[in-house]
Amino acid sequence: MTDQLLEIDDLRVTFATRGFRARPKEVLHGVSLRIAPGETLGVVGESGSGKTTIGRAVLGLVPTSGGSIRFDGRDITGLGDRQRRELARDIQVVFQDPYTSLNPSMTIGDILSEPLVARGATGKDARARIRALLDQVGLPTDAVERLPREFSGGQRQRVAIARALAPAPRLIVCDEPVSALDLTTQARVLDLLIDIQDRTGVAYLFVSHDLTVIRHISHRVAVVYNGDIVETGETAHVTSDPEHPYTQRLLLAAPVADPADQERRRAERLRLAQQHHEQDVPAGAL
Amino acid sequence: MEQLVTDSALRSSTRRSPLRRLLRDPQAIITAILVLAFIALGLLAPLISPHDPNGVSLQEANAAVGTRGYFLGADQSGRDILSRLLASAGTSIVSGAIGAGVALVIGVTAGLVGGYFGRRISAVAEWIFNLVMTFPGVLVLIVLYPITKGDYRVTMLIFGVMLSPNIFRIVKNLVVSVKQELYVDAARVSGLSNARILGRHVLVVVRGPVIIATAFLVSASVGIQSGLAFLGIGSNQVPSFGAMIGDGFANLYRAPLQFVWPSLALGILTASLVLFGNALRDALEGARPRPVRDPRAEQAAAAPVAGGMALRGAEPLLVIEHLAVAYRSPSGEPTEVVSDVSFVLESGVTMGLVGESGSGKTQTAFAILGVLPPEGAVVRGSIRLNGVELVRRSERELRTVRGREIAYIPQEPMSNLDPSFTVGSQLVEGVRATTSMSRREARAAVLALLERVGIRDTERVFSSYPHQISGGMAQRVLIAGAVASRPRLLIADEPTTALDVTVQAEILDLLRDLQAEMGMAVLFVTHNFGVVADICERVVVMRSGRVIESSAVRDMFEVPQEAYTRQLLDAILDDAVVRPPLRATSGAIR
Repeated sequence: MTDQLLEIDDLRVTFATRGFRARPKEVLHGVSLRIAPGETLGVVGESGSGKTTIGRAVLGLVPTSGGSIRFDGRDITGLGDRQRRELARDIQVVFQDPYTSLNPSMTIGDILSEPLVARGATGKDARARIRALLDQVGLPTDAVERLPREFSGGQRQRVAIARALAPAPRLIVCDEPVSALDLTTQARVLDLLIDIQDRTGVAYLFVSHDLTVIRHISHRVAVVYNGDIVETGETAHVTSDPEHPYTQRLLLAAPVADPADQERRRAERLRLAQQHHEQDVPAGAL
Repeated sequence: MEQLVTDSALRSSTRRSPLRRLLRDPQAIITAILVLAFIALGLLAPLISPHDPNGVSLQEANAAVGTRGYFLGADQSGRDILSRLLASAGTSIVSGAIGAGVALVIGVTAGLVGGYFGRRISAVAEWIFNLVMTFPGVLVLIVLYPITKGDYRVTMLIFGVMLSPNIFRIVKNLVVSVKQELYVDAARVSGLSNARILGRHVLVVVRGPVIIATAFLVSASVGIQSGLAFLGIGSNQVPSFGAMIGDGFANLYRAPLQFVWPSLALGILTASLVLFGNALRDALEGARPRPVRDPRAEQAAAAPVAGGMALRGAEPLLVIEHLAVAYRSPSGEPTEVVSDVSFVLESGVTMGLVGESGSGKTQTAFAILGVLPPEGAVVRGSIRLNGVELVRRSERELRTVRGREIAYIPQEPMSNLDPSFTVGSQLVEGVRATTSMSRREARAAVLALLERVGIRDTERVFSSYPHQISGGMAQRVLIAGAVASRPRLLIADEPTTALDVTVQAEILDLLRDLQAEMGMAVLFVTHNFGVVADICERVVVMRSGRVIESSAVRDMFEVPQEAYTRQLLDAILDDAVVRPPLRATSGAIR
């Protein structure tokens, strides 16, 4: 399995809970995932399922309490600050909210040059690289002088993508990158991500609650439910012929933009819910 | 679609820089000049003083004001009062600088470290600063006299330590909040060192409040130094306002003016510092936007709306004609967010109001509810419910309609429940506001409603606080509250956007059932065409404050009339397109 870029094995994450001697809460109970170079793994689940935590653990933003995360064959759990900073060259992130992930008081140029300069690039090199990055994400070059608030949500997300691309990483963790965007913008940003992947061979760990988005961008899909991976496999298989009852319900719950089709799906969903209820399958949302 | 925000919108969103705002504030200018004058005089005192401030000349003891060479006279020891005042200004400035400086260095450093790094460091820092805060400042300074040997600079150094918890608190709280910002996480992932993140991202946020607090700290240090000197603690070789006031006080009956000069100087200095601090706060934190009415709105209010007030027979439930909503931007120019919206909603029909963000769909809903914020107003057009005009009605008249005939479900269920009251008490309060039920009847009604909206354990939810229930549960609770009065029109503003899809499906089922049961009309504001297909019969598509298309849902999906609608529908990710596994496409990579 050495041809894998990212190997997560039996990952556990616990959060301390408030209160004196309160018992810590485990939010991931042994998650295992694989991502090959140039591949997109879609991680889908509902809020509180732990899908975002997987991404944050890979980024080193939350401490792990068990298991291992190996990047390019090397264990990256519990790295020191310095080694973690070196890893920034290879692992990057695009967050969900383009409004809070960019510092409102810095210009786009400063935001993009920050990681480059921190890594010792000269001002001139950094400027050239920024021009290339802006071009790559389809933003005008004069964006450099502007502040984030002068851009729409979709454009800000393009800036965030450019920032992630700056060190030419091999893996980008995308945490719901299109959820806060309008429909038309959503499609464009997804196409941009796919286009960048085709050109640079970067791999994505793509976290989303939206199965339609996941179908669009993922080569493979992992379904997270209550801190466990309940189903994983090729996108076409998982999203059209799911085996786990939760995935089945998730699939039918997303409304489609076709009244007749949606009516049929609604009836099917209610039938399935009834069936699960009778069989006492614990996959309800309530 | 993704154009840069237009220049005019940009200009209106650009706030004037704090410095320029400060320069336009007379209070700031006057107090700043006074403070600067004190600093200049204090620093130049050794050069411009006519006499040695400690030079005793017994012939001149208690010399009157205007005595030759002694402009403000001399004190009972024959020391020149003007020279002593100038030297005292210097003492005060140095005291303020040392006290505030020490407090800043300790407070900001500890605040940054305590706020940014782990919980343990933060707890230790918090504990130490709490301990420091419990010491009574002036008493400690008096007790420590043997150590300070009366040197006011050492005393102020210690006082700075006593002041530092104030700064620590401010900085730490700001850092804790900015640390949760995604851009700080993004900086960490970018490979920035902690020192760099603190310097570039965190310190910027902390800067303003700390500058403001500093003005007050300087004033506190000056006050304390004077107070100690007045009590006679400290070297009598150091001229200071406090010592001068003390001397003048002792000599009050013989030469009352000797008491007046230092008191006046000290009063002006501390007042200037505090008032300058206030002006700084206004400039840096920005005064609240004033709720200015649009002049056009007032004109419109004065003009009678054609036929709007009269009751009309046999009109559809909700009629909106040429509605326009404008907001006053910070620069004063009104911007129209809704320009021309007309549609009709029949009783018992669910209508989707769709559009992208900024299309004006939520503003239209707010206008119908009459809950536009103070900066916004309906500037044209008419909204009629059952033939009754709702535009430009008083808050009191609207209240009889809102909650009874029109109900509302918000997008964020959690932020619409008060965290300090139980779910049940909030619902009971709502029911009793619109009906004449007793508390017990209302409670029974609420429990029945909770059951109706699909909550199984009604008693538990009734007595829960909002944070104890899930988002989906909270939305059910709000729906229960909305339909309690059996409204004729329910306005739902993206009610499922914040929910998981499985919960969304259940909430949509619930709304569909309730609508059929109660025969109410539902105006469903959403950007999700799947939701429209699921629940709506009619749909209105909006763009830039205008209605683009209004039709039956099936017609819109099958034969969209307008190019924009088609464009929106085309943007929906096609469910048929599934990305194949990597192996199949690996040839395309690299």
